Amino acid sequence: MLEVKNLKKSFGDRVILDGVNLTVNDDEILCIVGPSGAGKTTLLRCITGLETPDSGTFLMNGQPFDPQGTKDSDRVIGVVFQDFNLFPNLSVMDNITLAPMMVLKETKKDAEKQAAQLLSELGLSTKGDLYPWQLSGGQKQRVAIARALAMKPKILCYDEPTSALDPNLRQEVAKIILNLKKSGMTQLVVTHDLDFAQEIADNLLKVKPID
Amino acid sequence: MSLNYVFEILPSLFQGAWLTLQIFFWTLVVSIPLGIVVSLGLTSKIRPLQWILEVYVWLMRGTPLLLQLIFVFYGLPIIGIVFQRYDAALVAFILNYAAYFAEIFRGGFQSVSVGQFEAARVLRLSYWQTIRKIIIPQVVKIVIPSIGNEVINLVKDSSLVYVIGLGDLLRAGNVATSRDVTLVPLLLVALIYLILVGICTLVLRRVEKRYSYFK
Ligand SMILES: Nc1ncnc2c1ncn2[C@@H]1O[C@H](COP(=O)(O)OP(=O)(O)O)[C@@H](O)[C@H]1O
Ligand SMILES: [Mg+2]
Repeated sequence: MLEVKNLKKSFGDRVILDGVNLTVNDDEILCIVGPSGAGKTTLLRCITGLETPDSGTFLMNGQPFDPQGTKDSDRVIGVVFQDFNLFPNLSVMDNITLAPMMVLKETKKDAEKQAAQLLSELGLSTKGDLYPWQLSGGQKQRVAIARALAMKPKILCYDEPTSALDPNLRQEVAKIILNLKKSGMTQLVVTHDLDFAQEIADNLLKVKPID
Repeated sequence: MSLNYVFEILPSLFQGAWLTLQIFFWTLVVSIPLGIVVSLGLTSKIRPLQWILEVYVWLMRGTPLLLQLIFVFYGLPIIGIVFQRYDAALVAFILNYAAYFAEIFRGGFQSVSVGQFEAARVLRLSYWQTIRKIIIPQVVKIVIPSIGNEVINLVKDSSLVYVIGLGDLLRAGNVATSRDVTLVPLLLVALIYLILVGICTLVLRRVEKRYSYFK
């Protein structure tokens, strides 16, 4: 269970997040919905350690953690970026195995075995040797999901998972996210798409810009 | 032109070419890594470091290499810093070319999207792991054409060592021409430079191709 308490963030004197509280229960999906400029990305960047909040507490299963920390207990969040940010110079397989090998010190064999498992679950078993430029948008997103999952996060976060894709792929994404839920993944999804959010969410948190 | 004469002077030209190649080789081997390190400094957040490196790059790119060469060999001894001719040439060339390479690599680093650093960061890769595994390969791909230009310039710039009395390819040709009063040595020198540049161009194309597997 992820809890964020009283999260505050300003850019200069512009308040973006004014004491946000949220909880993501185990094996559930929390959707954060709001219009563009509401601070959704900023919120996610604070949770994933890419932005330093002005104040706030982060708890994983009741234990405080530092999203920017490097301890094992801080390494609990996985991220799927809006435009995926795959590493273009690495094959699909290497995109997924790089961090498990370099950070978790897994052997190449173990890392590749696990990556192959993830790829097959995501319907990409034949794509391991390809490079990101050879993939469609939907495939890139699934590689990004696999790359994040390979680090065994306790919770997986998405920023606008539908926005970089064809509208007709929305169902696909929803299916993937719901499948991951079935297999016991806790997920946090940020989106401006209310219909999409209602389709997948166990809980909805609506946010709007602060003026 | 008699073929005999050509064979007579070729050994001395090759000897000169050998020196040219040595300067070329060592300059590249040292100044490219140095340029990468300097470019990391230029893009770092440590202000004083950035400032010092910017002055360095500005000096190196803002004054003629010929002047720098003369400065190192004839100038520095006045304040007690003495280099052998060959070392002086290397010092001047390495410092000069590292500055150009640093600027090229800085451009390269800045054109890699911030998202790449962020993706690496959320995966908990360290700074150096990120630089080595993700950033450098992308930067190299971006900078190959500009590096290629500098490499070819270096082949020809190496002839500037002439001015501090080193016996490079150009000097060898010039000596033969004034001794024998014939254009042949200079033409041969031109030919050798063309061959060297041709080889560089081929190698660069190969490198470019090696990096064409990703986009
Ligand atoms: N690094 C930043 N510096 C200054 N302002 C920023 C920065 N990042 C985001 N903002 C501002 O914060 C507001 C919220 O942005 P964002 O979190 O991207 O919203 P959303 O993802 O909901 O569209 C926007 O008005 C944006 O301009
Ligand atoms: Mg956003």
